[in-house]
Amino acid sequence: MHADASVTAPAAPPDFEALRADFPILHQQVNGHPLIYFDNAATSQKPRRVIDALVHYYEHDNANVHRGIHELSNRATAAYEAARVRAARFINAPSADEIVFVNGTTEGINLLASSWGGKFLKAGDEILLLELEHHSNIVPWLLLAGKIGCKLKYVPVEGDTGQVDLAKLDELLTPAVKLFAFPHISNTMGVVNPVHEFVVRAKAVGARTLIDAAQSAGHLVVDVQAIGCDFLVFSGHKILGPTGSGVLFGRRELLDAMPPYQGGGEMISSVDFYTAKWNTVPHKFEAGTPHIAGAIGLAAAMDYLDAVGREHIFRHDQELALRAQRGLEALGDVRIFGPREGRAGLVSFVLGQAHAHDVVTLADQKGIALRGGHHCNQPLHRKLGIKSSARASFYFYNTAAEVDRFLEEMARIQHFFRA
Amino acid sequence: MEPGDLEELYQAVILDHSRKPRNFGELPDATVTVDGDNPTCGDEIHLHVRFGPGGDPLEQVKFTGSGCSICMASASLMTLKINGRSRAEAGALLQDFQGMITGSAPGPAPKTLGDLRLLSGVKKFPQRVKCATLAWHALRGALEGSTGVTTEDGTDTDSEGIAVG
Repeated sequence: MHADASVTAPAAPPDFEALRADFPILHQQVNGHPLIYFDNAATSQKPRRVIDALVHYYEHDNANVHRGIHELSNRATAAYEAARVRAARFINAPSADEIVFVNGTTEGINLLASSWGGKFLKAGDEILLLELEHHSNIVPWLLLAGKIGCKLKYVPVEGDTGQVDLAKLDELLTPAVKLFAFPHISNTMGVVNPVHEFVVRAKAVGARTLIDAAQSAGHLVVDVQAIGCDFLVFSGHKILGPTGSGVLFGRRELLDAMPPYQGGGEMISSVDFYTAKWNTVPHKFEAGTPHIAGAIGLAAAMDYLDAVGREHIFRHDQELALRAQRGLEALGDVRIFGPREGRAGLVSFVLGQAHAHDVVTLADQKGIALRGGHHCNQPLHRKLGIKSSARASFYFYNTAAEVDRFLEEMARIQHFFRA
Repeated sequence: MEPGDLEELYQAVILDHSRKPRNFGELPDATVTVDGDNPTCGDEIHLHVRFGPGGDPLEQVKFTGSGCSICMASASLMTLKINGRSRAEAGALLQDFQGMITGSAPGPAPKTLGDLRLLSGVKKFPQRVKCATLAWHALRGALEGSTGVTTEDGTDTDSEGIAVG
């Protein structure tokens, strides 16, 4: 596809089936069957355009950024900084200075916990999270709590649906809460949280807000100004980009007030043997040679996604997830997690008596890639009273026919394990 | 059966043992209980062993816990094999099984492993090796006098961590 990056999403949905041709990896046999890749919540596949951007960078422009005076360094720097501008546009950030490149969602949250949390939180302050949280939005805060004595609290979610209990949220959201951090879309439940609503409530008590957009940034339109959040973070590899790329958005005044996360080159304005002065944002947070190729590949991914149109992508995701949900319901004796209406593009489930690992292994024998386990969501699985679940997660290059193949296979596996 | 196709493997033995695990249950007069943990999937096997006087042989071995079918079948088959065996025999079986399942021992699996050889197909599925070895990690713990093991390092589960208010 050759659509220009700057255009707004096309009015009509694209021919999703035709877009599969852009993804070289999809056209292979796995264990003697056509690959059906349903592990998109773990990582997405990459279109030719992103792969080409990486190859082009290494073949033509590779050099270190912000240092050299030579031509290649100028090109690399220009492409790297253009990627930052592209990322700002992708989430409608007011300025590219509010975009910090990180190696993924996890690093972004660790950066915030260490830098913002380390400076602005003290013993007794509360961090409010949801029971839906991925480990990456729990453990950095646990580490911080161990260091400074702040407290972690969790808003309960409703049983198997994963919906946040709003009454409980209001109860827990007191002025003691200094940060409310939550996922936009739950990677296990597929719940789409009312993020703007959450932010409004947090603001009313003076709490900062952090949104984990790992599951949403590449699937629906994310507009940080409309949402009104203080911080937002996502990974490049889940949105068609390279692994090791990612974005932390922070409002300028907050980033300005934060100390550096790591020390090294690029994050300084001057260094003496016993003193150093920090560079301005966002460079203050990017010590050492960054993942230049990663940022450039990520920009290409954003171009691709916006040419397809994330509104259309989300609708397609939802259609596939609903088809899968209904098909699983029809099998009977399947415990399905997440909301029955309006789920994002994933379905986690327990198939009768079959253990998730067995389901995933047997599906893999037919070329179907699923996730089985706790999906880095151990506390939630514990709450649900299960050790693990199987998960099918979709993207725009998946088809209804693939969902039907998956359902046939689930029926067969269920029968297989029926005593 | 030449273990190749995993599905054949499931059909042949694993389903039977995972549905009706042998030696499954508590052992009130156990000398030792080892909690085996597979942190990557949450599966857990508790291995109960009653040693004879002087700590030899393994007079009776039972297990409790939950896991996938490969994990449960491996535990079930293991107890059938080691019940009544001496420490030395159990240790040798443990070594043979590990060698077979990780592929580190060349050639066909030793005949002494009996039905356990049906699990050799698992070595082609690196993600499932831990499932097959969980009960065996627990056995190693019992032989070495440890009460908690994980599939990550085969050592104590009391690793360093964090717990806050």
